[in-house]
Amino acid sequence: MRLIVDHRTTYRFTAPQARLIQLLRVNPEDTHDQSVASWNVHVDCDARFRRGRDGFGNSTTMLYVDGPVDSIEITVSGEVLTNPSNGIVHGAHEPLPPALFLRETVLTMADLDMRDFARDVGLGEPLAALHALNGAVHRRFALDHGRPAAGQSAATAFQHPTATPRDLAQMFIAAARSLGIPARYVSGYSPACFGDDASPAPHGWAEAHVIGLGWVAFDSCTGLCADEAYVRVAVALDSAGAAPVAGSRLGEGEEALDVDLHVDRAGQ
Amino acid sequence: MGQAGSTVARPELAALGAWIDETPDAELRRRQQSAEATFRQLGITFAVYGDSDASERIIPFDIVPRVFLADEWARLSAGLVQRVEAINAFLVDIYGERKILDAGVLPPDLIFGNAQFRPEIAGIRPPHDIWAHICGIDLVRTGPDDFFVLEDNARTPSGVSYMLENREAMLRLCPELFRDFRVAAVDSYPDRLLETMKSVAPEGVAAPVCVVLTPGHYNSAYYEHSFLADSMGVELVEAADLVVDDDVVWMRTIAGRVKVDVIYRRIDDDYLDPLVFRPDSMLGVPGLIAAYAAGNVALINAPGNGIADDKAIYSYMPEIVRFYSGGEAKLPNVETWRCREPQALKYVLDNLKDVVVKLVDGSGGYGMLVGPTATKAEIETFRAALIAKPHRYIAQPTLALSTVPTLADAGLAPRHVDFRPFVLTGSKGVQVVPGGLTRVALKEGSLVVNSSQGGGTKDSFVLMDNGAARGQRQSQGQSQALRPELPLHHLPEEANGRPPPAGAE
Repeated sequence: MRLIVDHRTTYRFTAPQARLIQLLRVNPEDTHDQSVASWNVHVDCDARFRRGRDGFGNSTTMLYVDGPVDSIEITVSGEVLTNPSNGIVHGAHEPLPPALFLRETVLTMADLDMRDFARDVGLGEPLAALHALNGAVHRRFALDHGRPAAGQSAATAFQHPTATPRDLAQMFIAAARSLGIPARYVSGYSPACFGDDASPAPHGWAEAHVIGLGWVAFDSCTGLCADEAYVRVAVALDSAGAAPVAGSRLGEGEEALDVDLHVDRAGQ
Repeated sequence: MGQAGSTVARPELAALGAWIDETPDAELRRRQQSAEATFRQLGITFAVYGDSDASERIIPFDIVPRVFLADEWARLSAGLVQRVEAINAFLVDIYGERKILDAGVLPPDLIFGNAQFRPEIAGIRPPHDIWAHICGIDLVRTGPDDFFVLEDNARTPSGVSYMLENREAMLRLCPELFRDFRVAAVDSYPDRLLETMKSVAPEGVAAPVCVVLTPGHYNSAYYEHSFLADSMGVELVEAADLVVDDDVVWMRTIAGRVKVDVIYRRIDDDYLDPLVFRPDSMLGVPGLIAAYAAGNVALINAPGNGIADDKAIYSYMPEIVRFYSGGEAKLPNVETWRCREPQALKYVLDNLKDVVVKLVDGSGGYGMLVGPTATKAEIETFRAALIAKPHRYIAQPTLALSTVPTLADAGLAPRHVDFRPFVLTGSKGVQVVPGGLTRVALKEGSLVVNSSQGGGTKDSFVLMDNGAARGQRQSQGQSQALRPELPLHHLPEEANGRPPPAGAE
């Protein structure tokens, strides 16, 4: 499948900023079943870019902007070719072992309710348990197409009737880890859960590690494994670690964020 | 320094006994007060968490020095060098190839489940592959040749300013001691530290710019930060003074931007860079980790070092030393029960009254149970905590710690001590500074030496010979040979069966 991504992120500041520094995790990389045909990161002001790689193996771009700057628009666009793989991830850069992804973080800590939930639905062999868990998370929450609440933990999200894709992924991760299965957050692009033709945020889903298969991608938005309509960009212990943009600014005032994101299947 | 309770004499220190005999108590006290007045004037204060007038406190100073003989020091140094080399090798490996896990020396979940293992910086290679540039290794002694490592400090060990200030005070107040003893100088420490920093600058930097990065004057160790910067002749900076641009760290100065090559940071990993660690950190420098990963700056000590001095890892240090050095550890560990192991947990629960229980990620003497002095309620609280989360705890036996003569209210008396020597690692090798921080539990019978819990400090003399006193005092040692380390008072019997002092801070 050919997926076309057009992702614009705009920050507007109520007062001019003297400096901006951003850490971007917006570069997909080739895997066995994902091939990046073209990819561009563009900023609408004078900026210096530095490519790097974080500890999870994600490709990073440091962005340095001198002020005064009232707003910045970051445009990420490109085309990625994908193959169907039943959600199994082959050929990704894996500097860290699965055991690391059993670690809880503030955002992915399972409370007692979630542990009970995971134990009740996650029955059987790991793969079967993961499918059951993914389906159960999917059915339990109505999908919230709004922008995810910043810093919301899985345990908090679990108390609500609706959940964003990010919340769903983090709940799945917390539940899977509580069953002793390594799980991680994936940020990337997919039209799978769009409300209409656009999305207020890049997509987030989960990967769980199954011995014998490796990392398998689960999306609790659909209740299914991720298929070829997904572009995998970054992985981490939770959504904060895989965030497309982590920024710091030097200046007064507030910031407002606006995201315009389209992911299209070529020919559609 | 004999085994506590058995009062082994140290005839070679007769001159120290003579000095104590000759100097009136009132004079010793006057000197001690003079030293403390100086420390207060200098602002060598520390904060106790939860204490509102904390900023007024100084760490009490004891005028009677502790002495190491040249031979003792040589043995200790060899052990320290071996241990710090192993710590560095471990850090290179654990954030790199992880051969030690392949070899089955450590259980992988001990690393990967440990918050001190920082995946964010995995794969980064610090300049010259050196991680633990400054280590403070906490030692206790239970017999003439029995030193044990109580704790490794490979993050940002503090206390070196006390080593230097205590020495300065002793030189001023007790100059006669330096005539009687050939004491190795410690005042080269700032030069050695600066040499170490320069030696680990990124490749190709001819005249590296070094700075000390402090969280600010509210930090309990701020005095030390400013003292070290001042004595090295480098800038003391806060986060706002540094800016990262194009993956290079710059310092703002009135003359414009200056490129920074080596940062001795006294800020915890969590607060170092809000883009990578805690996003709410106001103390850190955005982009610092990117500059570090790009190889454009050396961070001293390297971020991620907590995995090497974590108390859960500590119990494996003999194996770690063996794995990387190929030989047995010259400095042994204190016996440690890993409560994560069911059999060890059972033993600890059955013997809570006799052991010391520590949180694996605690420090400063907090989160600790000292069984022999704990109340029943405290013991039961720890019992419940141990049962709920055993992997968070280790336990150690009570030790018969050495005591040294210390000026107490009623005159000289034995008090328990520990010792923190400082070990520097640069690209040219490892060196042990001939001295260190002796911490002393000032309360009678107490084993808790932490400054936050009633501990004090004293100077630590490392002799360049084995103590044959020079000059006129030599003849006065005749009656000292059969006395305990402290000549005036016998050691109390209860020195046996006590817990080791608390951890570092």
